[in-house]
Amino acid sequence: MILKRKWTKTIPLYILAILGAVIMIFPFLWMVSNAFKADVFVIEYPPKLIPEDPSLVNFVEAWSSNFFQLYFRNSTFVAILSTLGTVLFSAMTAYAFARFQFKGKEVIFTIMMLVLMVPDIISIIPRFYVAKSLGMRNSLWGLIVFYIAGSVPLNTFLLRGFFEAQPRELEDAMTIDGAGPFGIFFRMAMPLAAPALATVTIFSFLGNWDEYVWALTAIDDPLKRTLPVAIYSFQGQHGTEWGLVFAAMIIALVPVVIVFLFLQKYFTGGMTTGALKG
Amino acid sequence: MLFSHKTQKRILPFLFMLPGLIFFFVFQLFPLIKGFQISFYDWQLLPGRVSEFIGFDNYLRAFQDQVFWRAFKNTLVYTLVTVPGQMILGMLAALLLTSLPKGRGIFRAIYYIPVITSWLIVSLVIRYLFQSPQGLVNYFLVEVFHIVDEPIAWLRQAKTAFVPILILGVWKGIGWNMVIYIAALLGIPSELKEAAAIDGANGWQRFWYITVPLISPTLVFTLVMLLIGGFNVFISVYLITGGGPMQQTEVMLSYAYHQAFDFLDFGYGAALSYIMAVLIVFLSVLQLKFLRKPQEI
Repeated sequence: MILKRKWTKTIPLYILAILGAVIMIFPFLWMVSNAFKADVFVIEYPPKLIPEDPSLVNFVEAWSSNFFQLYFRNSTFVAILSTLGTVLFSAMTAYAFARFQFKGKEVIFTIMMLVLMVPDIISIIPRFYVAKSLGMRNSLWGLIVFYIAGSVPLNTFLLRGFFEAQPRELEDAMTIDGAGPFGIFFRMAMPLAAPALATVTIFSFLGNWDEYVWALTAIDDPLKRTLPVAIYSFQGQHGTEWGLVFAAMIIALVPVVIVFLFLQKYFTGGMTTGALKG
Repeated sequence: MLFSHKTQKRILPFLFMLPGLIFFFVFQLFPLIKGFQISFYDWQLLPGRVSEFIGFDNYLRAFQDQVFWRAFKNTLVYTLVTVPGQMILGMLAALLLTSLPKGRGIFRAIYYIPVITSWLIVSLVIRYLFQSPQGLVNYFLVEVFHIVDEPIAWLRQAKTAFVPILILGVWKGIGWNMVIYIAALLGIPSELKEAAAIDGANGWQRFWYITVPLISPTLVFTLVMLLIGGFNVFISVYLITGGGPMQQTEVMLSYAYHQAFDFLDFGYGAALSYIMAVLIVFLSVLQLKFLRKPQEI
């Protein structure tokens, strides 16, 4: 009797949960499904979720189409360098805030936090002006420096707490053994902060890899495009060839998945960390 | 030794901060300040042309600009629809998943997928689903459920073009709210609910009189974050409708962007951005005031 009541109560709950899951992933299933349909079938009516004759034609065509591999390389270059810069410079800045006492410390930190509140898009017009003045338009470096600058405040904030929580005794011991401050930072503080750094790395990489608006604004030269911009213009050029566009998107997801899998063993909780600015 | 020990100690923190601060000041803080200056000019981008200082003209112009008010209204509509929509559905999802005896983790991960997917991907997929006449949404409305006789030209008419943007805004944010609410719900001691149940409170009463007051800091936190996010709406509008048809679906930031980069009116675009920035900073300050320690960052 008790068992029965339990069943009748939980089964509807699971049905609801599954229904919710379908709503959450259906658009992605639809996208994947259409990527596997050779182009003729994409505007089929009525639509079919399971492709009748699945084919990799779209993936091959997307990968070998105009400059796609170049865009892939551009995106990889930009995402890797800006992620490395973000992680290293944020960690160094956060460490300074966490470990040293100096004049103006809280003032600088407060300015950073205030700027953090202002969404990036607000300053896109003056950023364009700055990039133009410094000759950084139409250059991948012009993307990298702005991506790093945009990520430093948030990650400094996140990492500061992490470094503050590290035991000082270890540092004192290393100092006695003759290690300098940079030695302590790179050989002890950074390795100890690995889980936090992994989180920062994942979300920076994700953000830099996906960034669209600044890349669209700063770059006119078709050879300097990154993947998100290229994929969007792909949709424009190929009008109704959605299968091709979706295949390109799925290829663009591969590096993100790789980074996730590679770093997930360090990755402790905090799934909401990156959701702040995005 | 190049410097005395004391000097070394004094410059050491700045050595650590130098790269981060240079990037921050040059590419983040300076543009923000520069943008404020630009908003007071009839800014000329082309070399050789002189930018003229025009005081508050760009700001005054905004208040007489019909499209500005429409963009403002659309931004408000977006916020007023997507914020409660995300909170309610996120809460329902959290309540549902916390009451599952098994498999919570899997569902949590699935519900979170839209949150981490880039706006570009979801915007393009939404555009695809709402195509006319042969999009999937039209297929369901016309052929499966027979709600309408003719396919709706979603993105081509002013009345309906904003609907996909609203749906996307709610759908993409449910998972974010859910994850935060689950954490909050699990933090409530179960004795409290059991005691209330023994006293005869039904499910709704237990939720309203026990759960909601206990997690109210979390609710306020998500509310403020979502309000800020709502005012920030830009990419989805830019990618799904481009503000069209005929600027009917412009929001504040898409209008600012179009002014700057389509009409090359940088001064006006900057002024529009700064009106938005003031609203957003105001909200952020409210948050800091009411919430000293947000539970989740």
